[in-house]
Amino acid sequence: MWSLFLRDIRLSIRAGGGALIGVIFFLAVIVTIPFGVGPDLNLLARIGPAILWVAALLACLLGLDRLLQADREDGSLDLLVLNGDRHMLALTVLTKCLAHWTGSVLPLVVAAPLLGLFMNMQPLGIGATTLTLLVGTPAITFIGAAGAAVAVALPRGGLLISVLVLPLTIPVLIFGVSASYGAVADPAPFLQPFLILAALTLFLAVLGPLAAALALRHGTD
Amino acid sequence: MRLIAENLGGERGGETVFSNIGFALDKGEALVVTGPNGAGKSTLLRIVAGLLPVAEGKVRFEGGGEASRTVASASHYLGHLNAMKTALSVEENLGFWRAFQGEPALSVEEALETVALGGLGHLPFGYLSTGQRRRASIAKLLVSRRPVWLLDEPTAGLDKASEERFAGLMRGHLDDGGIVVAATHLPLGLEGAKELQMGVGH
Repeated sequence: MWSLFLRDIRLSIRAGGGALIGVIFFLAVIVTIPFGVGPDLNLLARIGPAILWVAALLACLLGLDRLLQADREDGSLDLLVLNGDRHMLALTVLTKCLAHWTGSVLPLVVAAPLLGLFMNMQPLGIGATTLTLLVGTPAITFIGAAGAAVAVALPRGGLLISVLVLPLTIPVLIFGVSASYGAVADPAPFLQPFLILAALTLFLAVLGPLAAALALRHGTD
Repeated sequence: MRLIAENLGGERGGETVFSNIGFALDKGEALVVTGPNGAGKSTLLRIVAGLLPVAEGKVRFEGGGEASRTVASASHYLGHLNAMKTALSVEENLGFWRAFQGEPALSVEEALETVALGGLGHLPFGYLSTGQRRRASIAKLLVSRRPVWLLDEPTAGLDKASEERFAGLMRGHLDDGGIVVAATHLPLGLEGAKELQMGVGH
């Protein structure tokens, strides 16, 4: 399993891995928002966490189609499925998700504090948003794995995956944003939505790979 | 150790490709599956490997011990695709499969020497020619131990010398008590192999 993790990390940083595409997309969205919204600093600070979360969500969805499709195109997926008795397929998918998250989504989380400055956010708000992104984005990858497994046989499945996955990521977005607001706006709580966000991630860490493994088992041709 | 298929039927996209195929292979035996294009050779291999659902009949593997109770866990599958990443070096690719598949046999260097790719392991897989890619993919069979080799057109793209070397590898595997099932329309140089002639495509 460790070897699979290392291989996928290597692939994501080599040429054509596309690890930086998500970050560049994230940057592009955040940088254009102040131009669109206008120079109202208070407004920017207020919508900052939500904008960061929406942009991060879309950037996460961007790379999901390659999660399993690249392995299918070169035949690796057959061998991963074939070894399902030694390495449970759901665990294989989970490992691939973690590698994908580390390679393509973790850079988004790292870039978030810097981009928070563009939105005139306070240090506390930036810290809270980064923390919720760190805890919440794995959930998006886990749901995305199920979508990617369903659409793995389709040649241009990228958009379909986004459409399939987007409704399921809404709870993650809601609790991520409300926890970020809770840290800065006083009457709103931080801890409760944050804990629900963590619970969502843990729940989907089990459900997503299981669903993906099921789809892969029945979708091979 | 025995690989048995009984009354096997296969379908692709809801249409029956073949039916009533049966064979039984003891250790040290090889089966060469021949037939025209569309006869279902690849489908048969994928069904045996468990990558496609069995439409009718059954496949089982007996006496493989604890590690290989099912056909899938006892098998190497070499399909049309090489299952190697073009961005990684040959060594990294083979090293990954060796670690992932478990039951390591030859080391990566030894396996590359065996398929005459010694000294090329540091190159990215994408730089290799078609025949060299196939040979690197064959080296994948050698880095971890599996009793059953399921080979789909294994010699596609290989030159004469490599074909002979590969025939030698298969004979070595059979002498060690392995089982080979190969779908091909080229002679593989396996003496005494059973032959399964699949029907004309529909």
